[in-house]
Amino acid sequence: MSEYILELCNIKKIFPGVKALDGVNFQLKAGEIHALMGENGAGKSTFIKVITGVHHAEDGTMFLDGKKVEFKTPLDAQRAGIAAIYQHVTSYPHLSVAENIFMGHESVKGGMIQWKEMHKRADALLSRLNAEFSSAALMSSLSVAQQQMVEIAKALSMDARIIIMDEPTAALTRGESEELYRISEKLRDEGKSIIFISHRLEDMYRLATRVTVFRDSNYIGTYQVAEITPPELIKAMVGREIKELFPKPDVEIGEEVLRVEHLSRAGYFRDVSFSVRAGEIVGFTGLVGAGRTEVMQTLFGIERYDSGKIFFEGEEIHIRKPQDAMRRGIGLLTEDRQECGLILDWGIGANITLPELRKYAKRHVTNEKVENVAAKQLAESVDVKAVTIFDKASSLSGGNQQKVVVAKALGSDLKLLIMDEPTKGVDVGAKAAIYEIMGELAKQGLAIIMISSEMPEILGMSDRVYVMCDGRVTGELGRGVASQEVILELAMAKHSHHAAHAQGE
Amino acid sequence: MQTQMKSLFKKLRSSRELSLFLVLAILCIAVQLRNNTFLTSKTINDMLKNYSTTITLSLGMMSVLLIGGIDISVASSLAFSGMCASLMMRDGVYSSTLVMFLVSVGIGLLCGMVVGLVITKGKVLPIIATLGLTNIFRGATYIVSGSRWVSAYQFQSAFKQFAQTNTLSFGLVNNLVFITIVCYAVFFVIMKWTRFGRRIYAVGSNPEAASVSGINISAIKFAVYSIAGAFAGLTGAMYTALYASAQSDMGMGMEMDVIAACVIGGVSLNGGQGSVVGVLLGALTMAVIGKALPLIGVSQFWQTAIKGLIILTAIIINVLTQRMMRKNALKEREI
Amino acid sequence: MTTQVKRNIVIEKEKSLKSLFLRWETLLIILFIVVNIMNASISKNYLNASNLFTAISTFLVKGFIAFPMAYILVLGDIDLSVGSTVALSATLLGVSYNAGLPMGVAVVIAILCGTLCGLINGIILTRFTELAAMIVTLGTMTLYRGIAEMILGSQSTGGLQNVTWFYNLYYARIAGIPYIFIIFCILAVVFGFVLHRTTFGRYLYAIGNSRVVAHYSGIPVQTIRLICFTLVGFVCGISAIYYASWMGTVRFDIATGYELEAISMVVLGGISTAGGKGNFPGTVISIFTIGLLKYGLGLINVNSQTILMIIGAILIVVVTIPNIRTQKNVMKAMKPTAKSC
Repeated sequence: MSEYILELCNIKKIFPGVKALDGVNFQLKAGEIHALMGENGAGKSTFIKVITGVHHAEDGTMFLDGKKVEFKTPLDAQRAGIAAIYQHVTSYPHLSVAENIFMGHESVKGGMIQWKEMHKRADALLSRLNAEFSSAALMSSLSVAQQQMVEIAKALSMDARIIIMDEPTAALTRGESEELYRISEKLRDEGKSIIFISHRLEDMYRLATRVTVFRDSNYIGTYQVAEITPPELIKAMVGREIKELFPKPDVEIGEEVLRVEHLSRAGYFRDVSFSVRAGEIVGFTGLVGAGRTEVMQTLFGIERYDSGKIFFEGEEIHIRKPQDAMRRGIGLLTEDRQECGLILDWGIGANITLPELRKYAKRHVTNEKVENVAAKQLAESVDVKAVTIFDKASSLSGGNQQKVVVAKALGSDLKLLIMDEPTKGVDVGAKAAIYEIMGELAKQGLAIIMISSEMPEILGMSDRVYVMCDGRVTGELGRGVASQEVILELAMAKHSHHAAHAQGE
Repeated sequence: MQTQMKSLFKKLRSSRELSLFLVLAILCIAVQLRNNTFLTSKTINDMLKNYSTTITLSLGMMSVLLIGGIDISVASSLAFSGMCASLMMRDGVYSSTLVMFLVSVGIGLLCGMVVGLVITKGKVLPIIATLGLTNIFRGATYIVSGSRWVSAYQFQSAFKQFAQTNTLSFGLVNNLVFITIVCYAVFFVIMKWTRFGRRIYAVGSNPEAASVSGINISAIKFAVYSIAGAFAGLTGAMYTALYASAQSDMGMGMEMDVIAACVIGGVSLNGGQGSVVGVLLGALTMAVIGKALPLIGVSQFWQTAIKGLIILTAIIINVLTQRMMRKNALKEREI
Repeated sequence: MTTQVKRNIVIEKEKSLKSLFLRWETLLIILFIVVNIMNASISKNYLNASNLFTAISTFLVKGFIAFPMAYILVLGDIDLSVGSTVALSATLLGVSYNAGLPMGVAVVIAILCGTLCGLINGIILTRFTELAAMIVTLGTMTLYRGIAEMILGSQSTGGLQNVTWFYNLYYARIAGIPYIFIIFCILAVVFGFVLHRTTFGRYLYAIGNSRVVAHYSGIPVQTIRLICFTLVGFVCGISAIYYASWMGTVRFDIATGYELEAISMVVLGGISTAGGKGNFPGTVISIFTIGLLKYGLGLINVNSQTILMIIGAILIVVVTIPNIRTQKNVMKAMKPTAKSC
């Protein structure tokens, strides 16, 4: 009888041309919460997919309860009691919660679905999780956190003994994360075993007893959470010491470039006012859903605003579409570069030159030679790691893709650059490179707005920080005054009527 | 009192079926006012009988739309299966009405399976696949029939009488109407109470989630297009029975009627949304409009244009309603 | 972490002979040659220049439509209302002339009608971006033909060839080459150039690949869509004029199947229905390929319904082949994200 409920030995997974997992090991004890950490591309997601039967390993063995198993389909894994909850909620928006929970294994008698019984069972599961909605609710009417709860209920409905959570807190507010922690601990107390992947050290320290680290498709080690310090963990994940991560140079702050007064948009944000000066990096932080992205999308003309004024370089402007913003010298790097920032099928060069194509054309006739030279210059200026500018954007890593998006924005004459989560999904090495680029740009007199949910980034890079909560600006902090605690407090301050102003030197 | 009215309106707006029913009722009353022969038993029976084909075929289209697909070849499958079945009856292969219907359904089913294969295995976009296939089936119809009709005298007399009698329902309703009712009843049960039906909704709502749940998406898609084909076959037989003749161009344009019926009935073109009751109401609305127009003096040549206008209006109204709902949801968000 | 050495990114593209051979256009050219060989073996007089031009002129009438249709498909949209637009425009042309208006005015009316039909499509689609082009153009397809039916009923409107210059639009030749062929070639060059060598063309490909990215890159997505749909309508108007000149008589049910043929020509030409990919020269070659195929079939007395059937089959086969190939490629190319540097 093995002491481990789940054990994987020497798992190798190869995709054509790429080694995704190179002989990794993993042991999960019954009733424990076990964290799986590593940089992007380390192999965590692939590994989970092997456990859940989505992928088949080329080599290695998997043991469940000490017995060798092999899952040919995801259904096999589900039947064996393994359930996974992914980052992107996969649910049926048009169907009820009960149907979402039981889809694929509904209560059936004589071919007919027993609705009443299903709803009863669903409600029972939901009450176990302290859910505040009933099983008859339409899935699309629930918040992300609630939808995740339904996913957990789904796992429970299949009598899962092992629950795998992939970045469960990524889209949750602090309160919702707390709720998730509570549920996870309750499940553990009931005897379930949980594996979870997270980038947040706080998640790990709060919940897990042991942590396994992958790096570059390799198994690095398994550690007791109580015994490993954050620097040691990071070193295991990254393989090198990160010392000076945030080289924000001291830059002479220039004139005011942007001033926003009392900007409002029904349902998204209200009475937002802030300003940015040349050479400044202004951080915008807050919890998910605070409205930061929506404010910036308004500045870039993606969405309209209901009331308020925007002043750019002293004069009032009206931005109705992206071209208006770009003409003024405002650029935007979106949060989701794959959705909104890059055409993955195109080469790097074509992507970079797209916004300012007319600049490289003569009376609308394109000139590829001029384009290629310009693309090369821009790509090199941010150190994109590619061989030719015809390399497809889809072939690049996250960090590299982000650099391409930056190069694309730099193609325009920018006075203000808005970066929404610039290092999301980017590994530590590329992160540092991007921070360096930001510092350089600030030195050149560019005004930068950086939306970020990562505290170290906000504290390390911003000259000033605006904190938003539920659509309003709850505070403005100078570099010296800002700290994790103050920011968190402001990020959760609902309906505070006077914004806290605290300026440092 | 005010809040009671408000919540009533809210309920109305959120129940599409209810608002549809009201619109239909108002429509009928309006027509009746213009021409008081409309709401008579004879007119209504005639209307239901003549439109039984469209109303039945709408079910086939509904299942296709529910998974987010489309099939504009159903009218041609209708013609092809109806024609083949008629030719066989003409040439004495069988004489029973029942067999004729079965053969037509079978051929329609085969057509639907071809559509399903092209879409699932060939990975062709439904609109393109059915654009090509509608011409293929229609051309095939002309070929097998030699571009000639099968006229009334070439049919069995029992078959000719079929559309005019009430035998199936023991004298209650017309045979064709009875078939329609049975189809709707069966389909309603399948959609609401069987796993298969729910899986159709699942695939339409979120195909990615469905495949992770272990649902075989290709199989469901294939099944749905086959069902549409089977309905086309059934409707082909009904159509032939109704007019006691089979022509190569029969049913032309009917695909637009059934799409209109579904769209009016609240079936979302993106999949995952739609109810049998809604489709019934939508189909009835199309039937009423079709019957009522000549009664209030609108020339038959205007029918196509009105059909097009209805489709455009219905989809635009759908969009506007969605936008309003989203706006209201936003307003309720306290910030 | 900065690299000390400045990276040098290459800007020359590799060329290979192999890629030239496997290109879609090469296969198309082979198909084109095959069709011609088949036709020549059927009819002795086939390779006579004058006869060939007569044959070509017949399908050029609808061949024009493939040009803007190519743009529409590159955008990732579709337009099913082209046949109906042609019918309506031709109807208005015939009715205007027979109502006493000078032919010149009638021609202008036809063009305006076509443009308006396209414009309506464009306005609906760009105002209600939630709607898919498929259903909107299905609706307008029904509506426009319905209007033509309302106007003409079961009648026909004719006598259009009594106006000599109008008759000459289709039938006149210069040095043995029909004017319509010349106009066609000019338009082919213009459309092709715009697609492949201008910023507008590049924007079309961007929008077809990802509307969102195009929007965020400052491209006026909806304006471009509006322009393209209006352009389709305009070209349909031109097609209607040539039709009327060719046939002399117009009924409401003419030009059926035009949408199938136009889309088939574009798709056979290598432009993907998913949007964002494809080449214009391919479209031109396939216009001739399909057109001459139809002509050849006509020579052996295949009826029009069957011809449409064959084109439908071609469309499906042509669209399926790359999908079978890409399935294999997808298998090969599957790699985890964030892994290459």
